[in-house]
Amino acid sequence: MKSSPIRTLIRQWLAPLDATLLRTTIFLVAFSLVVLYSAAGMEWGKVVSQLRNLGLAFAIMWLVARTQPQILMRLAFPLYGIALLALIGVALFGEISHGARRWLHLGPLHLQPSELMKLALPMALARYFDWRTRPPDWRDFSVTALMLGVPVALVLRQPDLGTALLIATSGFYILYFAGLPWKVMGILGGSILAALPLIWSHLHGYQKKRILTFMDPSQDPLGAGYHTLQSMIAIGSGGVLGKGWLHGTQAHLDFLPEHTTDFIFAVFGEEFGLIGELVFLGAMLILITRGFYIANEGSTPFTRLMAGALSMTLFTYTFVNMGMVSGILPVVGVPLPFLSYGGTSLVTLFSSIGLLMSSHHHRKLVKQ
Amino acid sequence: MSNSLRNPHQERWKFRYRLGIAWSLVSVLFLVLIGRLGWLQIVAHRYYHTLAEANRIAIVPLVPNRGLILDRHGIIMAENRYDYDLEINPRLCDDVDDTITALSRLVAIGPSDQRLFQKMRDETHGLTAIPIRTHLSDEEVARFSVNRYRFPCVDIEARLTRHYPLGEEASHLIGYIGRINEDDLDRLSDDDQESQYRGTNHIGKTGVESHYESLLHGTTGSEQVETDAAGHGVRQLAKTPPISGSDLYLSIDAKLQHVAEESFGTHHGALVAINPANGEILAFVSQPGFDPNLFIDGIDQEHWNALNQSPDKPLNNRALRGQYPPGSTVKPFMALAALQLGRRSAEDTLADPGYFSFPGSSHRYRDWREGGHGMVNMRTSIVQSCDTYYYSLANDIGIDTLHDFFTQFGFGQKSGIDLDGEAPGLYPSTAWKRKRYHQDWFAGDTVISGIGQGYVLATPLQLAVATATLANHGVRMKPHVVHAIRNATTGKMEPFAPEIMRTLSFRPQDLNTITDAMVGVTSPGGTAASAWTGTTYSVAGKTGTAQVVGVRQGEKYNANALAEHNRDHGLFIAFAPADHPRIAIAVLVENGGHGGSVAAPIARRVFDYYLTGKAAPLTSPLP
Repeated sequence: MKSSPIRTLIRQWLAPLDATLLRTTIFLVAFSLVVLYSAAGMEWGKVVSQLRNLGLAFAIMWLVARTQPQILMRLAFPLYGIALLALIGVALFGEISHGARRWLHLGPLHLQPSELMKLALPMALARYFDWRTRPPDWRDFSVTALMLGVPVALVLRQPDLGTALLIATSGFYILYFAGLPWKVMGILGGSILAALPLIWSHLHGYQKKRILTFMDPSQDPLGAGYHTLQSMIAIGSGGVLGKGWLHGTQAHLDFLPEHTTDFIFAVFGEEFGLIGELVFLGAMLILITRGFYIANEGSTPFTRLMAGALSMTLFTYTFVNMGMVSGILPVVGVPLPFLSYGGTSLVTLFSSIGLLMSSHHHRKLVKQ
Repeated sequence: MSNSLRNPHQERWKFRYRLGIAWSLVSVLFLVLIGRLGWLQIVAHRYYHTLAEANRIAIVPLVPNRGLILDRHGIIMAENRYDYDLEINPRLCDDVDDTITALSRLVAIGPSDQRLFQKMRDETHGLTAIPIRTHLSDEEVARFSVNRYRFPCVDIEARLTRHYPLGEEASHLIGYIGRINEDDLDRLSDDDQESQYRGTNHIGKTGVESHYESLLHGTTGSEQVETDAAGHGVRQLAKTPPISGSDLYLSIDAKLQHVAEESFGTHHGALVAINPANGEILAFVSQPGFDPNLFIDGIDQEHWNALNQSPDKPLNNRALRGQYPPGSTVKPFMALAALQLGRRSAEDTLADPGYFSFPGSSHRYRDWREGGHGMVNMRTSIVQSCDTYYYSLANDIGIDTLHDFFTQFGFGQKSGIDLDGEAPGLYPSTAWKRKRYHQDWFAGDTVISGIGQGYVLATPLQLAVATATLANHGVRMKPHVVHAIRNATTGKMEPFAPEIMRTLSFRPQDLNTITDAMVGVTSPGGTAASAWTGTTYSVAGKTGTAQVVGVRQGEKYNANALAEHNRDHGLFIAFAPADHPRIAIAVLVENGGHGGSVAAPIARRVFDYYLTGKAAPLTSPLP
């Protein structure tokens, strides 16, 4: 067989890629391109550029997947350090240039430090718990809480409430899987509730408005409640079967804001209906469940914690985005995994999947 | 020590337990999502579907072009012109005041322009472009265009506006359009016409513009456009093109109208000329007129005050709405009634002492000529306009019979002309007086009605219609100002069908008697003879003088002693050629004194122009 050596090589290359994750991912990616073509107004521009992003993302996924978890673990602290420094840099720079976000968009790679932190924080926390030789106690949780709190506070200052919450949750999931006592979680939840009035008074005007409008979007249909109302109209008008691909009216007419990014699910729901949404949710559930399975099978605390937290983060993004678009959660800038257009979130997402794959592929090599 | 070391097995179980809880949470929350989506897409689907449709389609009105108004020969009397406004968009300006200052070096910007601009700017909070000057001249447009680069926030806006090229001429007939106001909106909604006026700001207010509004306006089309949330059209879904309004060819002869109006000189009054055979109005004058162009975009206070408070009352449509005592112009009709009813023969004579009085009463109803006209038969009573003859005749016939007779000619009722706001005039009766004043009718009321005084009131239009009826051998045509309607889409001309209002039957010899006597009026010895010397056609006419103030018993009317606005109105009715009438006319000159001296010369010029194609040059201003 002439091609035999090449085939062996390819098999070797592809070996780290978990079949279930890969198939589901490819299915979702194909799906997303179809939806994006429609959402982008039947123009190839965004589809082509998303394809390029996907190429990069797949490459990164593959790279991460074939990297041994031990190496990834070793990268965790430096990565966290870089991300933290970048965030501090943004905060300082932001003072000078009237707003940190602008600086990010002027950056040559358009890489957002807060985006890097989304992965770096759980990695660093998992690394921390893996590193300890004794069962985690209150000291460990205090240290990790600090590791979590500093970047979250920095992102909050940007200000970017949505991202801060996402970073906080991804870190929290590590703590949860690491065995954060229920009692502590209860106290934490209780104190957050108690602190709500204090938090409220520190919120920015537009943040308060968002939350108020969330309570009753119809209050201000052309103002702050606009986005939610429009996306609810799009989804609701789609019905069970949807209006059909390219036949949605709301997104094509620009009624929907951000209809290729944060609100793409409304386009999807309008055109593909409840049936299409169930297929998507089903695929996401397969991914998440597979992630849980991988976590369960994980050979080291680091891979277990990472797999568990990343699966939960994947779920969180999905739930928060769909909850926001369908009007059960306030509007926060959270992209929908796979469907939302954008390179950064795609790279983060595929890196996570790569981490899951790496964990699973190398589990036997590091059996304790 | 064992406590401080990790127990992998226990840790795995603890972790697995937490994974299970997390997965349950994921499942439950996914179910929440599915429930929410199911609610949106199944339960509330219909509601959101409706909202989505409303979101999607905007109906944009397509405004039709308003029909033109032309005279019978195609001279334009109302048209649509491009008008240029200078607009400032304050949002784009660095400094609005500086911009205005710089602009005022290029185009004239008055204080009132600036006031209006400031007002609109305050109202719109400066969010939209606001006109700083309207009606730019071509020269101003050119001057600004050259300098446009200097004004990033200023632009010229072109729009179609109504224009009346004849200015004051025929203004009362054509009328004008103006901005749609509350009353117009109420009316439109009553007629279920609101949708027709989406996108239209103007509507006919008076005259032909008002009466033929629906024809001139046309049919508003629409465009179904998919829009984005900001209301910008994205794609056209369906289009119903607008149908332009019809062009109206009036029966008016613009040149004749011009001759008629210039003949008035500085006098106030009215003139209505009719083609007796079909009721077409040939000229329709109410003097003074006004410039209808002032009203289109809302008249400014200054002009409005000037027009509205002027003692000349230029906004009064005297021809249509002015109700005047017809005076002696009723005499031919009185005579015809006498013949018709057998109360007098043409030959019956009356010895006129210069007054009429009831037996046993000292009250004298005086003739205009002191000492009387001597022996008067029917012909001389008309030719010399003898009052005594008609005092006595009216008394013999009785007011209710006269009321019925005059009503046949259209007195006391609207003529039905295709113009809005016509006044009905008045021909009294005993029933009317009882109803109106709760008073009995007095014999003296009848006597003065015989010479067109007392309660009798007629509009110049009614007099013209009555004269035309006489000329048309008793067939009263409905007067109308539209000659033909041209469909703007097909280009087809649809002639306006003449309509008979009433056919009165008279013996031909009776009509001849009256016509002959009226020809006598314009012949040597008649009251209007001086105005009609040297005509190439024969004219049947009758002069009239209507008292504005009563002259007390024992006093004489002295025009010079009276303020001008209390002087008598001069009237003249006529038709020509007498044997085959082509034109009938009624002329009223307010405070113009005797009808033969001021009103008849105006009729002469109109007839000359209409029948021979040229009118005598205007001589020195009329007395």
